[in-house]
Amino acid sequence: MSAPLIIEDIRPLLALIAPWLGLVGIMWAGEKRANLRESITFITASVQAALVLSMLPIVLSGAILEFHIWQIFSYVPMLLRVDGPGLLFACVASILWIATTLYSVGYMRGLHEHAQTRFYSFFALSLSATMGVAFSANLLTIYFFYEMLSVSTFPLVTHMQDKDARTGGRTYLGYLLFTSLCLLLPALSWCYVWLDGGQMTMDFMADTGKVGHFSETTQIILLFLFTYGFAKSGLMPFHSWLPGAMVAPTPVSALLHAVAVVKVGVFCVYRIYADVYGVEVLSQMGGEEWIMIIASGTILISSLIALSQDNLKRRLAFSTIGQLGYIALGAAIATDRGQGGAVLHIAMHACGKITLFFCAGAIFVASGKKYVSQLRGIGRRMPITMGAFMIGSLSVIGLPPLGGFISKWYLALGALDRDATWVVVVLLISSLLNVFYLLPVAVTAFFRSEDTEEDDASIKEAPWPCVVPLACTALGCFAMFFWSDSLLKLAGVSP
Amino acid sequence: MMGDAIAWIFIFPLLGSVLAALSGFVNRKLAYPISVISMVGAFGAGVETLLQAINSSTHEVSYILGGWTLDLFPRGVGIEFRVDILAGLISIIVLGVGLIVTIYSKLAVEDETPNKESIYYSLMLLQITGLAGICMTGDAFNLYVLIEVAALTGYGLIAIGSNRAAAATFNYLILGTIGASLYLLGVGYLYIKTGTLNMIGIREVIEANRLADSATIQVAFVLIGVGILIKMAFFPFHVWLPNAYCNAPTTTSCLLAPLVTKVMIYVMIRMLLSVFGVEFSFESTIWVNWMPWLVVVAIICAAFMALAQREIKRMLAYLIVAEVGYMVGGIWIYNYYGMIGSIFHIISDACMTLCLFLGTGIILRACKTTHFDGLRGLFSKMPLTMIGFFIGGFSIIGLPPTCGFFSKWYLITGGMVSERWEYMVVLMFSTMVMVVLFFRLIERIHLAVSESGENLGKGHGDLGLSKEQTRFDEAPLVMLIPLLVSASCVILIGIYNQEVVNQIEIFLQDYDLPTGVDH
Repeated sequence: MSAPLIIEDIRPLLALIAPWLGLVGIMWAGEKRANLRESITFITASVQAALVLSMLPIVLSGAILEFHIWQIFSYVPMLLRVDGPGLLFACVASILWIATTLYSVGYMRGLHEHAQTRFYSFFALSLSATMGVAFSANLLTIYFFYEMLSVSTFPLVTHMQDKDARTGGRTYLGYLLFTSLCLLLPALSWCYVWLDGGQMTMDFMADTGKVGHFSETTQIILLFLFTYGFAKSGLMPFHSWLPGAMVAPTPVSALLHAVAVVKVGVFCVYRIYADVYGVEVLSQMGGEEWIMIIASGTILISSLIALSQDNLKRRLAFSTIGQLGYIALGAAIATDRGQGGAVLHIAMHACGKITLFFCAGAIFVASGKKYVSQLRGIGRRMPITMGAFMIGSLSVIGLPPLGGFISKWYLALGALDRDATWVVVVLLISSLLNVFYLLPVAVTAFFRSEDTEEDDASIKEAPWPCVVPLACTALGCFAMFFWSDSLLKLAGVSP
Repeated sequence: MMGDAIAWIFIFPLLGSVLAALSGFVNRKLAYPISVISMVGAFGAGVETLLQAINSSTHEVSYILGGWTLDLFPRGVGIEFRVDILAGLISIIVLGVGLIVTIYSKLAVEDETPNKESIYYSLMLLQITGLAGICMTGDAFNLYVLIEVAALTGYGLIAIGSNRAAAATFNYLILGTIGASLYLLGVGYLYIKTGTLNMIGIREVIEANRLADSATIQVAFVLIGVGILIKMAFFPFHVWLPNAYCNAPTTTSCLLAPLVTKVMIYVMIRMLLSVFGVEFSFESTIWVNWMPWLVVVAIICAAFMALAQREIKRMLAYLIVAEVGYMVGGIWIYNYYGMIGSIFHIISDACMTLCLFLGTGIILRACKTTHFDGLRGLFSKMPLTMIGFFIGGFSIIGLPPTCGFFSKWYLITGGMVSERWEYMVVLMFSTMVMVVLFFRLIERIHLAVSESGENLGKGHGDLGLSKEQTRFDEAPLVMLIPLLVSASCVILIGIYNQEVVNQIEIFLQDYDLPTGVDH
């Protein structure tokens, strides 16, 4: 394969800076001019998405965009680079930000939440960090944005400012900062010192596979340090922060804890497996099988836990942990199609899961209900919402003609390329479990009769800013199935 | 005048000190502008000196007071000020911090030490002169004199505050004097054996006569080493520090906390590298074997003590003790990266401690307390102050891109290269403690939850405070701007860390430290 054409371009940086400008606007507009503030958020999100999408044709044509910001160490620059997987992730995050912004307007106003300016400000910051991770060209750059994301989401997680928020926030930061500072940092500095005589650039393109110079034990230790260092990926046993973070308002859970933050985690893990180790080194070292087993365990265990959760958001959170396991699993399979499937799953699962969270939030706004057992018959009151929930569930389960099918298909193909039949079995069992914990929600809502004692007659669909986004993302699940060509190309697998 | 930039670094604040003292007879209000002007002058001269050092072919500038020649052997008997790149960098930090604190001091000094402004500023300028002198002198005995200048003025600056400060000062005075005496004794031994007091001279004699095995030199090394450890508040010699810094007037703690301990770290590096030489310090003594373990104990104890505090100032005081452990560890793990880390950490720690203490001063002024219980709602009351303060906090934790991240990076790397795993693990441990310390603070300010976990307000972000208490009421500009300047320094030094580290690398070229990597 010939080296791709590298174009110097400032757009990745602009996509990073746009939220910062938006932040200034949001703070300036403030609580008193709420409409203006939300418009600014909306415009910022659109500008960011437009910038990201404008890079799409160039990357699809096989070129790569780069932008050099500054020199962190003598040999390590802060470098932004837009390649296929990064752009795919950035597209998903920035487009879904638009949807989430609209949804937030409905949700936050519907519930008369406080401190909305702070909410929108830190939301913008988080999205800037997410773009940074998506476009990072080396390990150190990705680490910077990773940490920025951890800190900038803390005020969102603790938004309610009460006791539960404190507990959730502590779990959240405790896990994320412990792993990133105590596991990841040593691993990074290890690579920095001992590869290339202290001249390691840690670049994802130029230095792929250089970890192979280490002894096998070191490689495996490093693999684990990296995998668990990026604890946002939610691999067990470092997953508890995610259910803890569900104390946040639903738009946060939807965009950050189903799309941006957790996907940043698995995206980093993907970068490690695919671009630091590389397929050749990874498939020969022996450590990746451990990761595959851990990921499979995560998938199955979290699905079982999800079965027992009555709180809808917690059920979705455990489902997310399971789905993240797919991505880590796919990346660890160390075949091209497996890793492509992992990247695809980032996008497919994002679209499906954000729909589910949107629905959970819409139900809460419309009826104040949080628990699955309370949802009897609500489907007749809120047909659009629950219909979207159904579609989202099916996509997450992985049925055609929905996006989730494609990524699971490639994951299975990747596993077969490696002759790991057991992975396919795990995928099948887990899909079955998905059916068990997701479908009953929709079924209860549509087919069970309402509680007679409760007067639910007043319940109707949530405000339109809540409903439109969730309908759109549900349709997006279909769209991703039918127009999957460019997605496949970005993920680096041929259709 | 160009060649005399070093002399001007001293002339400005010395002159300013005298004038500030005299201004008491005319108008006490004059002391502040006099101090600011002389600090600006000194800072300018410091920058000029550093640039001269960087641009000269030998990477150092030397200035001889009294005109004694350097050509004799043993080298020079006169008073030599020698500024190489390390000395230049640290003195710039001293002068910069001095300048920022002087500007910041206006309101605090008027409030806390009324009617004593002229004396206060006079002492403060002398203090800065002493600290800057420590960094630049090339003479081991003059170093002692300047340490005493800094210490004596320091006692005055602390004791000028409340009654409790006087007791704390006494503590400080006893330990400080012991430390300085040990150092002086050590210098005495060195002089007996080598016949010179000039730092370079001492090393030349030691190397020329192969005195490494001499018991006299060994004893001198131990005395000087222990003396410096006491002066820098290395655990368990830290007992003077928390009380002294907490009971001192705001400006004093802002000035002393970032500088005094850090300057003593510099002295340790200077002694090890320039006076005794790398080979003697690290190869001929057994310190290198057990110092990292002492550091481990020091950092763990300091971290736990910091955790136990419920007052920002005391918490920060123990943080400084922990940070001293970082830097001493970086030196004694004995390799190139560790040394870079230590030197860079002197610079970055001075900036971030300054940032935190300036912020604390503002909080103290606004809330009348720095106890954790009185801080709720400060984010809405003083958002800019809080941003400045927490940039310092994030830097202490070591979050990129603040300068604290980079110093920690080099320290960790150093620990790894020397395979000093205990040091690395303790760095991780204390990092997590810092995370707890600062995010606990954020919780206490941001959340409507009491320490025992009860909800205080009515929910939905109600902090249980009156409108009056959460209304936007930012600190006065004369305090806010220095804070924000220091916070931006924390970030800028982080972003441009490579420029600083390149200079440190030039300095370290002359010293043969192991890099642990086969190039």
